Amino acid sequence: MNIVDRRLNPRGKALENRQRFLRRAKGVVQQAVKQSLQSRNIRDVLDGGEVSIPMDGMEEPSLRRGAGGMRDHVLPGNKTFIEGDVLPRSGGGSGGKPDKAGEGAGEDAFRFVLTREEFLNVFLDDLELPDLAKRRLTETEHESPVRAGYSVSGSPANIAVNRTTRLAMMRRMALRRPNPETIARLEAEIAACEEDGLRLALEDKVKALNAKVRRIPYIDPVDVRYRRYENEPKPVAQAVMFCLMDVSSSMTEHMKDLAKRFYMLLYIFLAQRYRHVELVFIRHTDRAEEVDEDTFFHSPATGGTLVSSALEAMRAVIAKRYSPEDWNIYAAQASDGDNSYSDEAATERLLKDAILPASQYFAYLEVGESGRESMSHSALLRLYERLRAEGAPLSIRKVSHRNEIFPVFRELFQRRQGHEKAAS
Amino acid sequence: MEPLFEGADWSFTTLQRIHDACQEIALSELGLDVYPNQIEVITAEQMLDAYSSTGMPLFYKHWSFGKHFAHHEAFYRKGLRDLAYEIVINSSPCVSYLMEENTATMQTLVIAHAAFGHNHFFKNNYLFKTWTDAEGILDYLDFAKGYIARCEERHGQAAVERTLDAAHALMSHGVHRYPGKSKLDLRQEERRERERRAHEEQIFNDLWRTVPAGPSKSALDLGAERRRTVLGLPQDNLLYFLEKSAPRLQAWQREILRIVRHVAQYFHPQRQTKVMNEGTATYVHYRIMTRLHEKQAISDGNFLEFLTSHSNVVFQPAFDHPRFPGFNPYALGFAMMQDLERIVTNPEAEDREWFPDIAGSGDAMAVLRDIWANYRDESFISQFLSPRLMRQMRMFHICDDPARTEGVVVEAIHDEAGYRRIRRQLAREYDISWTDPNIEVVDVDLAGDRRLLLRHTVVNGCLLQDTAATHVLQHIADLWSYDVRLQEVDPTGTVLKEHVASPRAMTRAA
Repeated sequence: MNIVDRRLNPRGKALENRQRFLRRAKGVVQQAVKQSLQSRNIRDVLDGGEVSIPMDGMEEPSLRRGAGGMRDHVLPGNKTFIEGDVLPRSGGGSGGKPDKAGEGAGEDAFRFVLTREEFLNVFLDDLELPDLAKRRLTETEHESPVRAGYSVSGSPANIAVNRTTRLAMMRRMALRRPNPETIARLEAEIAACEEDGLRLALEDKVKALNAKVRRIPYIDPVDVRYRRYENEPKPVAQAVMFCLMDVSSSMTEHMKDLAKRFYMLLYIFLAQRYRHVELVFIRHTDRAEEVDEDTFFHSPATGGTLVSSALEAMRAVIAKRYSPEDWNIYAAQASDGDNSYSDEAATERLLKDAILPASQYFAYLEVGESGRESMSHSALLRLYERLRAEGAPLSIRKVSHRNEIFPVFRELFQRRQGHEKAAS
Repeated sequence: MEPLFEGADWSFTTLQRIHDACQEIALSELGLDVYPNQIEVITAEQMLDAYSSTGMPLFYKHWSFGKHFAHHEAFYRKGLRDLAYEIVINSSPCVSYLMEENTATMQTLVIAHAAFGHNHFFKNNYLFKTWTDAEGILDYLDFAKGYIARCEERHGQAAVERTLDAAHALMSHGVHRYPGKSKLDLRQEERRERERRAHEEQIFNDLWRTVPAGPSKSALDLGAERRRTVLGLPQDNLLYFLEKSAPRLQAWQREILRIVRHVAQYFHPQRQTKVMNEGTATYVHYRIMTRLHEKQAISDGNFLEFLTSHSNVVFQPAFDHPRFPGFNPYALGFAMMQDLERIVTNPEAEDREWFPDIAGSGDAMAVLRDIWANYRDESFISQFLSPRLMRQMRMFHICDDPARTEGVVVEAIHDEAGYRRIRRQLAREYDISWTDPNIEVVDVDLAGDRRLLLRHTVVNGCLLQDTAATHVLQHIADLWSYDVRLQEVDPTGTVLKEHVASPRAMTRAA
């Protein structure tokens, strides 16, 4: 008998098969991820997750008998029946009688656990920030030195001591440089020597050795090596995302929830795709303030509504911290569309003169009450539509149910053909 | 005897001692005859792995195994389902997988069950002897894995996947049901494939490509009868037929069909002996564990732990139980083995009447060994299910005939009038040539549009499941490269239903 411990065998033998399965099931998985997002808290999304995949999308067909026809079965556990009894067919369909083993098509769906990466990859597939690469990516390259072996020239600061002494020792051994101990021993012999002839011979020998020591230096310039560095250019996609949200009393909890979900998606999306992206959260009533993420999403505020205040705040932050020369600027605004009439001119001016010229892309999300399709266009919406008609990089969407958030989000940030802007 | 272990912990020396103690009982007391054993300790994750590729330690890559892995894993993580305690492979040496999480008692149970029960059955049952090659299987799977990986490199993963998908869909119709002239020899199989390849390369001459093809004469000359003979029709091994006769398959595609066919054939005996195989292994582990307990090699506590697992394994819920899964092969098999032991050693008048050959013959193990070697589920049940066991399990036979409007009729119960009918019917349920639909290739129109004609002989009005049949037919059409028609015909010859499929463009191009 032979006992083998296989526990240390390479793990994840199933990984390859699993990946093949995922690749094959891509469409189905995408659909499942989309559906699972509707029902779950978005923060959980970052933990990866479980999706259920309908079996019929991934079935492996085989030739087997279907329902219908005459069927015989032997079953255990008879308590009361006698021959000739007629039992009612159990409801629903042609089969009749309790479930029979080996019949039927098996489960309708099964749960599939996606890792965080797999989940986000599916979730964020096809999404990217529009025109991110357009403006500064090519110029703004950050160079960082990377070790690239050794060279024979360089600055003294970069001497590779280990390498140099190693080479020196190799050379000394190869050329048989006499070592100090040998000379010291010979000199001791000379001192102790009585016989002249022998002493002279020894002195000659020592002289020759000393000459050789001088000829073959301990460290030669050919031994010296320097650590070599190469500058590796690293593209840096610098971007800042402004999240603007109306938190005035006209925004119901439902609307805030919609807006929150939209930003959460944005948050996950940015966190996944880009390393150098900053987030600025600005909430406004009749006055605007920059807040941290937690306050933005969770702390209440009331008051009137002045959209221009938020835009003004955004302009101020841009002027202070994010020069359009160095940053790609994006903004997403969520609002119920309420704005005081007197503010419209100010809003338009700010957008036209300051915000839109500085921004790569501006997304406006108008949130509405659940189940109520708003027929009328709000003043704000009309303003944005007019601006877009003039060719501003704007996207406008109306959302009234949380189910719509994801499709809208996808649409807004769909990878675009060419540089086509903000299709409606 | 010294206790083999104490508590739940085990080490490799414990496993060795357990194995030796079990072997002592299995060989000298039960008279079993086994392949050499190899015991492999694995983790739960590796057990899941092994599950998903039909229990084989090395297997080619395919997405469906990933699907099964995900499926099992999800159930396991949720705690809905336990992992099997063991997997055992019909090979020589006989490989049994033990999970590291098992307690010492469980390891003893698994060794007794798999390394002796299943092992003996694999080595001695006539179906396994006829149809499987225990020495060659692991090498052959290694070859298959490498061959398919090379095909993927050469022809692309997508093309290989399409071929494998099609082959898998036909797997249940890829076995020879009746023994041929020679025993399966997988080593030789692998060598022959290499030789075929070498031969083709040797005789390859590009000039033949340029020879002008005249109008084909031979096909026209063939009479329908002769044509069918040449093609070996009718043929119920669809994979074999396609491998040999599909006109436009590449050599590597034929080899893939062949590999899948060999794998299907290898598992064919297991499908026919579920009740017997599990019954044997359960009976053997029960005997060994009981003996170990009698010899005080395992403590009372360990024995109780074993009994708990054992009774879970052989639990048979009644038909009206909400989670009734059908007959549990462990329960039915074990009950029959125990019943046979009783008939041989302590028969009643009824048993003498029903089983005159074995009742009271005294040596239970001799009778059981003979049965294990020479029967399969269908013949085993039809000859050895005793009236007493039918009463004990309170079996009854129902018939659901759609032609009868009133409901499901109880045809027979466990009484004098019903025993034989119940037994015949239960045996039939384990006869896969009865439960699998009977589908044959019946004709090919070689002279005309090369359409392939299949026939399903419908029994009791059970038609094929429609969507699945359509999908499989599509796969057949892709392999055959021309149209395929499947007729469902009842015994009187009336065509009840017809499916047709045309090959998809992409496979034609491949």
